[in-house]
Amino acid sequence: MDFLAILSIIIPAALYTGAPLILTALGGVFSERSGVVNIGLEGLMVFGAFSSILTTLYIQDMVGPASPWIGILIAGIASGIFSLLHAVASVTLRADQTVSGVAINFLALGLAIFLIKKIFNKGQTDFIDYRINKINIPILSDIPIIGKMFFSMVPVTSFLAIIVAFIVWYIIYKTPFGLRLRSVGEHPMAADTMGINVARMRYTGVIISGVFAGLGGGVFATSISGNFSAGTISGQGFLALAAMIFGKWHPLGALGAALFFGLAQSLSVIGGQIPFIQDFPNVILTIIPYVLTILALAGFVGRAEAPKANGVPYIKGKR
Amino acid sequence: MQRLLQNEKIVNILIPVMAAVLGMVAGAIIMFLGGYDPVKGYTALWNGIFGSPRSIGETIRAMSPLILAGLAVGFAFKTGLFNIGVEGQLLVGWLASVWIGYALNLPGIIHLPLAIIAAAAAGALWGLVPGLLKAYFKVHEVIVTIMMNYIALYVTADLIKRFLYAGNEKSYKVKESASLASSFLATITDNSRLHYGIVVAILAAIIMWYLLEKTTKGFELRAVGFNQHASSYAGMSVKKNIILSMVISGAFGGMAGAMEGLGTFQNMTVLSAFTGTGFNGIAVALLGANHAFGIILAAALFGGLRTAAPQMSFNANVPSELIDIVIALIIFFVASSYLIRLLLTRLRKEGK
Amino acid sequence: MEFVIEMNNIRKEFPGIVANNNITLQVKKGEIHALLGENGAGKSTLMNVLFGLYQPEKGEIKVKGKTVKITDPNVANELGIGMVHQHFMLVQNFSVTENIILGSEPTKNGSINIKLAANEIAELSKKYGLAVDPYAKIEDISVGMQQRVEILKTLYRGADILIFDEPTAALTPQEIKELIQILKRLINEGKSIILITHKLKEIMEVCDRCTVIRKGEGIGTVNVADTNEEQLAALMVGREVNFSVDKVDATPGKDVLVINNLTVHDARNIPSVVGLDLTVKAGEILGIAGVDGNGQTELIEAITGLRKAKSGSIKLNGKELINHSARKITEAGIGHIPQDRHKHGLVLDFSVGENIVLQSYYKQPFSKFGILNFNKIFEQAKKLIKEYDVRTPSEYTPARALSGGNQQKAIIAREVDRSPDFLIAAQPTRGLDVGAIEFIHSKLVEERDKGRAVLLVSFELDEVMNLSDRIAVIYEGKIVDIVDPKTTNEQELGLLMAGGKREREGVS
Repeated sequence: MDFLAILSIIIPAALYTGAPLILTALGGVFSERSGVVNIGLEGLMVFGAFSSILTTLYIQDMVGPASPWIGILIAGIASGIFSLLHAVASVTLRADQTVSGVAINFLALGLAIFLIKKIFNKGQTDFIDYRINKINIPILSDIPIIGKMFFSMVPVTSFLAIIVAFIVWYIIYKTPFGLRLRSVGEHPMAADTMGINVARMRYTGVIISGVFAGLGGGVFATSISGNFSAGTISGQGFLALAAMIFGKWHPLGALGAALFFGLAQSLSVIGGQIPFIQDFPNVILTIIPYVLTILALAGFVGRAEAPKANGVPYIKGKR
Repeated sequence: MQRLLQNEKIVNILIPVMAAVLGMVAGAIIMFLGGYDPVKGYTALWNGIFGSPRSIGETIRAMSPLILAGLAVGFAFKTGLFNIGVEGQLLVGWLASVWIGYALNLPGIIHLPLAIIAAAAAGALWGLVPGLLKAYFKVHEVIVTIMMNYIALYVTADLIKRFLYAGNEKSYKVKESASLASSFLATITDNSRLHYGIVVAILAAIIMWYLLEKTTKGFELRAVGFNQHASSYAGMSVKKNIILSMVISGAFGGMAGAMEGLGTFQNMTVLSAFTGTGFNGIAVALLGANHAFGIILAAALFGGLRTAAPQMSFNANVPSELIDIVIALIIFFVASSYLIRLLLTRLRKEGK
Repeated sequence: MEFVIEMNNIRKEFPGIVANNNITLQVKKGEIHALLGENGAGKSTLMNVLFGLYQPEKGEIKVKGKTVKITDPNVANELGIGMVHQHFMLVQNFSVTENIILGSEPTKNGSINIKLAANEIAELSKKYGLAVDPYAKIEDISVGMQQRVEILKTLYRGADILIFDEPTAALTPQEIKELIQILKRLINEGKSIILITHKLKEIMEVCDRCTVIRKGEGIGTVNVADTNEEQLAALMVGREVNFSVDKVDATPGKDVLVINNLTVHDARNIPSVVGLDLTVKAGEILGIAGVDGNGQTELIEAITGLRKAKSGSIKLNGKELINHSARKITEAGIGHIPQDRHKHGLVLDFSVGENIVLQSYYKQPFSKFGILNFNKIFEQAKKLIKEYDVRTPSEYTPARALSGGNQQKAIIAREVDRSPDFLIAAQPTRGLDVGAIEFIHSKLVEERDKGRAVLLVSFELDEVMNLSDRIAVIYEGKIVDIVDPKTTNEQELGLLMAGGKREREGVS
């Protein structure tokens, strides 16, 4: 098997598993840039996956192949609403944001399974009839070599996620909203004296992170797992969190890291097809993303600086 | 009443109590909205905890890993660190205890302590990594411990399959000389799985309290937890104390694993998902206000809820996940203690 | 009479305290109006009420004759009120332009039009003589330029009433002169200014009228032309104050601390102390005068073992201490009243008692075999609380609950009680009221008279001049000169601190 053939296995696989991570990591960027630590991304993804599958199951007979797309949208909305809990606790009630994130993770899974049991009388849902399909992108997939590598047999969601990452970059670095969001995460009191409503900006940041994580969970469920159970989302939210940090809280950094983690994750699945890698014990491939994240954090890829006021509740009038 | 509310200490006790009550009330509302009968549900829950000697035995059994997991989280909290990695420390501790308990042939008086120490050492090692990274590279321990959890999950499963596999997704059983099981305790609780682990857990709680509050080491650990700058100004080594804190915290987490390996199960399962006990430790520590005694009480509550959840599902048909929801909400309410403080201040004002 | 601002009978409470009680402040158009009061008197609270950060419980505010309700800084901005904060409200990793336009960004097709904004800012800075680089990042520019950015922020929003909160606190003497020019220029351009300060000299120099508040109460308003520094001081403190320190001449003994050729790098690994030599003798107070950021912090950290030195020698009573651990250095006989009492001096969540033994908890009698003896710890705390007049409900109270002055007294009690041969006092009176300042000054002189060597580092030139027996001037990490406080003056020191040379020969 030659090198190009290996790439044409690896790259689509990375794009495939990377999409949910990209979206969720971008959500993390919004929340943490506004100064709210969000380790509840996992739970928000869970809630998104749950909502998308439930929606798809309910409407697939009526809408057909469009149903998973509607499912993903509903997932974004549902997780956006769900993330309000984290916003209320972190911003209004000045809770420890890590703790509140932990609670979000518990609550999302508990609530989702509780409802699944209530509705289906069993611990998991049925499989959805229509998934987000892998397609060949017209024209682009005909380009020699590259076409096969990047544009064949990949879900559209992967490309959408990449485009969204660039849009997020534009929003955060080029628009007034982005400037205000970042100012609130760096020096909320300065922002306050400039007439920016710190609490409102932080709520916005958290809710957008909920929407994005919900979309990420929805994409995962409708393109990869196809149903929902307690084990559907198992660590992807934390991987996305890691990707956000690995990407230094920058949308494009997060994009790169999420794709890289997607690759590492897919290696443990497709590694068997690839010479050299197939000689590795599977467990090593499985833990590679986690080990790499730790190494990255230890400074082997340069210092990552969190927004200065990340995790610090803002109390008016207190220096 | 008004005078009581002025007292900061009493408020500090009231907050977790109110959080627990609010969490249970919210659980009742969710049951009601879900079309279940809250009274029936909570009655089944109550019976699941206290209904029989056996259920009491099971509650106490469930307490011991929760106490240790809570101590692990609480100890780190007290020294200014957030150990979210208790789950991973528990898993490696579990494996280490089972391995030593299975592979060696020793008299019980040596074998059992050795197996527990092995679990503590494995957990300590798992805590050492984030401790070192925090001390020397200023890497935030929350992220590292999360990553270490996943590494532990996959590595322990792989090691069981390679070296300890007895078939049916389970490892070999530990030898009797390394077991915490007690036929006496089982008999008086009508054949529950209650074991001597509870003694270990309570001893550990006393050790944590004494170490933190009464010794010079504890003085340093707490000082570093509150203010690293002032601690180094006062001549303490911030790095050493951070590492030590994570190591001790990890050791508690590892011992929580020994409760499962040497006590409840006598072996280890090839796991594909987390046990949740380590994460519950966060709830236990928070609800127990990071205090050794509070942690024991909180572990009793959560241990009871956890053991009785299947009963509630069986007798009242309420999905056992309701308990996860209640625990999550309790965490929310404790974390948002500002809300409870506001409520208390209101009460205080209206009383005037 | 035209007032641009009238704050009548303002009352602002916080849980447990009344920060402002019945204060009236009336500012005329085109004047520089001083708001004078000690630290903690309630000046900042009053201004935060005017700026919309706090809502008053009672009283009315009129701006340009109209009664208004200032609910948040946006309203204040719209009314033309701008505030230059003491702790600059600047986002460190944003550019000058981004900081200035934040909250009212000019846009083009939805994205920020940075070019347009930068041009506008360049124009404003020309008009008012406020030199800034619109594209520089805040973290890379000087304190003086940061302050100009703060001023530009208000002008960009069209403010014509400017509040300056202790604007000279972080500036060099040269920068202070420049600032005064800027203030006058602003008045000429038709602005009105409120200057919050506790420095009497500045009031006498630039202000037209002065409103005094004391312990949250309004004392009254005076015309600066009709008063003098002594009167203002008496109004501010409520009694006659003598700012000079009573002390007899020093009788210096042997060399206690000898520093040779010391080089220390700062956190960014840039040399900040460069081949520094310094000797402090027994029985003298050696003051270090210098502008913040010239190596003072790194020098102290190197002496006390909190930062590794690159090279050189630090000897205490002849014993080499360079790069020893902080604990060894403390045990060798160095006491340290740190610059930032909240960051370094105290564990705020610990009780006063635990803070008293912060460096000695591991020694007998406070512990034995690693077990703490709380009886002895709190006994010691009780003793020091009494000796040093630390006002605290008890030795079990968390240090956080104490006032700044009492926190500082507790630190001084701890450091002085160990009777170290060499005592470092870094900014020992920063942010304290006059009573506490007097107490601390007298304690330092007392230690000197007991034969201890004292090193005083302060950015308040008056304090250095009043307290020191010799003054060493530090500039860019070196001691550039040592002068006698009796024969020098502020101009000369200011010049030396800015890197200038003295005409006559050195005294040292």
